[in-house]
Amino acid sequence: MKVNRSIEEINAKIKKGKAVVLTAEAVIDLVEQKGSIEAAASVDVVTTGTFGPMCSSGVFLNVGHSSPRIKLTEAYLNGVPAYAGIAAVDLYLGATALPAADPANRNYPGEFLYGGGHVIEDLVSGKEVRFEGFSYGTDCYPRRKVDTIIRLDEINEATLFNPRNAYQNYNVAVNRGEKTIYTYMGVLKPNLGNAYYSTAGQLSPLFNDPYLKTIGLGTRIFLGGGIGYVAWHGTQHNPSAARTDKGIPRDPAGTLALIGDLKQMNARWLRGLSFLGYGATLQVGLGIPIPILNEEIMQYCAVRDDDIIAPVTDYYKDYPNLEDGNLGYVSYAELKSGLINLEGGKIPTASLSSYAGAREIAITLKEWIESGRFLLTEPSTKLPSAEADIVLKSMPQRDPEKREDD
Amino acid sequence: MVKQKIVLRFPPNIVEQPIIYMMIKDFDLMVNILRADINPRKEGRLMMEVSGENADYQRAMAWLKEQGLIITNLEQQIIWREDRCTHCGACTVICPTGALHFERPSMNVQFDQDKCIVCELCLRACPARAMETPIDNALFR
Ligand code: SF4
Ligand code: SF4
Repeated sequence: MKVNRSIEEINAKIKKGKAVVLTAEAVIDLVEQKGSIEAAASVDVVTTGTFGPMCSSGVFLNVGHSSPRIKLTEAYLNGVPAYAGIAAVDLYLGATALPAADPANRNYPGEFLYGGGHVIEDLVSGKEVRFEGFSYGTDCYPRRKVDTIIRLDEINEATLFNPRNAYQNYNVAVNRGEKTIYTYMGVLKPNLGNAYYSTAGQLSPLFNDPYLKTIGLGTRIFLGGGIGYVAWHGTQHNPSAARTDKGIPRDPAGTLALIGDLKQMNARWLRGLSFLGYGATLQVGLGIPIPILNEEIMQYCAVRDDDIIAPVTDYYKDYPNLEDGNLGYVSYAELKSGLINLEGGKIPTASLSSYAGAREIAITLKEWIESGRFLLTEPSTKLPSAEADIVLKSMPQRDPEKREDD
Repeated sequence: MVKQKIVLRFPPNIVEQPIIYMMIKDFDLMVNILRADINPRKEGRLMMEVSGENADYQRAMAWLKEQGLIITNLEQQIIWREDRCTHCGACTVICPTGALHFERPSMNVQFDQDKCIVCELCLRACPARAMETPIDNALFR
C-alpha cells in the first residue's frame, strides 16, 4: 500500500479539527479524477448513511420498580405488548409488535396504524406513554397490576438494540401475480406493475466497506440521530453471498446488530411506519464512518450506483414460498432512474429507503467529525466476512412426533 | 372565466338526481369529471373540474348548496405533511398523476398540488402516513 494511516492518526487530526471528511457520494468523483492513491492521501474519513424501514429493531427498557414491587409477566406500552420474560421490570419492545386489539388483516389490507415502531417514536419524542403491567404476585413482588404513565426521561434505561440493521444489498420486489399484493416491500401492483428497492445504494454503509475491513465490533456510528455502536454481526448475516468483480455482494448479504442509548436519539431518525397489509415497523437512520486506512479502502468507498446490482424478486409466489432464484439483476443507477427493463418491458421503480435522508445523515456525520465531537473507534474484533463461509439456513421441517434425540 | 377543481358530496337522498346535466344545461358550465364514487351508505362523492363564466359558476354553486350538497375545493383536500415525509419515495409509483414525484438527482420527493386528483391512493401507501385529508375519509374507504 502507498498510503497507510491508523485510526489513532485520524483521531489526532479530528481532535485538531484538521481531518478531511467526505461523504460516500462526494468521494466518487474525487477518486475518479485523482485515482484512489491520491484520493486516499488527501481524505481521512468517508461517511455513509441509510434511512430505511428496518424490522429487527427494538428497545430494551427498564421502567423502574413500582411500590409495592411487581415482577412483570405481561407489559403494554400504549397497548402494544413488550416482552417481559427477562426480569422484574426489564422489557424488550420490538418494532413490529402490534396491540392485541389491532384488527390486523381481518379487514384486508390492514392499516397497522400503531405498533412498536410508533411507540419507540413516541418515547423518543418525549411523549407520555401509558404503561400497563400484569403479574401473578410473589412474596417479594406482591403487586399484580400497574397502570400508569411513563416518559423516556423518567425511566432508568432505554437501549435501542437492533438485531439486524444495515442490510448490505436487498431484493428488488415485484409482483408477477394477477392481483395487487401488500408486502413489507410496499404495495406491489399485479403483472410487474411496479418495483420497490430498499437500500441507499452508493451511500449505504456496507456497500462502502464490502468485506468489513474497517467496520467491526464496537465501531462508533450515527444511530437514530445520536451515537450508537456496532454490537455484533446482524442476524441472517450472509457475507459469503456471491459478489461482483468489484467485491460487491449481488444479493442480500452482510448485516449488523446495533446498539445505542435511546435517550440521546431523536424522532427525526426513528420513525414508526405502517405498511399497508403487512404491519408496523421502524424507519432507522444510521451512518457509519469509514476510516481511509489505505488506497484499497478508498477504492471501496468510490463505489457508485452503476457498480451495485440487486436481484429482482417475485413477491407473489417466489418470496412467500422461499423459492430460490430471481428474475434477473438490475443496477442501482437503473433503479434510481425510475424505470427498469425486465422481461421485455419497462417497470416503474421507487424506493422505500430515503436517499435524501441517507445523504443528510452522511453530511451530519461528516460535520460531527469535522467539528471534533465524534471520534472513530478501533474495532475490538472483526466481524465474520466472506472467508467465514457462512451458509444461511432455513427452518427444518420435521415431524414433531419423531424426535431423533429421544 | 373560472376554472376550479371541486368535490361535491351528496347525501343519500339526492344521489340519483341529474346534477351534472343541470350544471351543464342550466348554468352553461364545462364539467370534467375526475372521479366519482358512492359508498355503501349511499352517500356519493364527485370530483370534477368546472369551468365557465364567473357569474354562472357562482349561481351554480349556490344552487348546489340549496340542493343539500357539500362543496369543497379539491386543492384543500390532500395535505402533504412535509414534516412527516421521510422522502422515501414509496408514493411516487403509486400516485397516478406524478403529483408526488422524485426530483432527480437530489432524490427529494415533491408534491405538486396542481397535479393531484385526490384519488387518495397515497394516503395508505405512505408508510409514514405523511399524506392526509382533513375530510373524514373513513366514510369513503
Ligand atoms: S411515501 Fe410518504 S414519506 Fe415516503 S416520500 Fe411519499 S409522502 Fe413522503
Ligand atoms: S391523492 Fe392521488 S393524485 Fe393526489 S397525490 Fe395522492 S396519489 Fe397522487
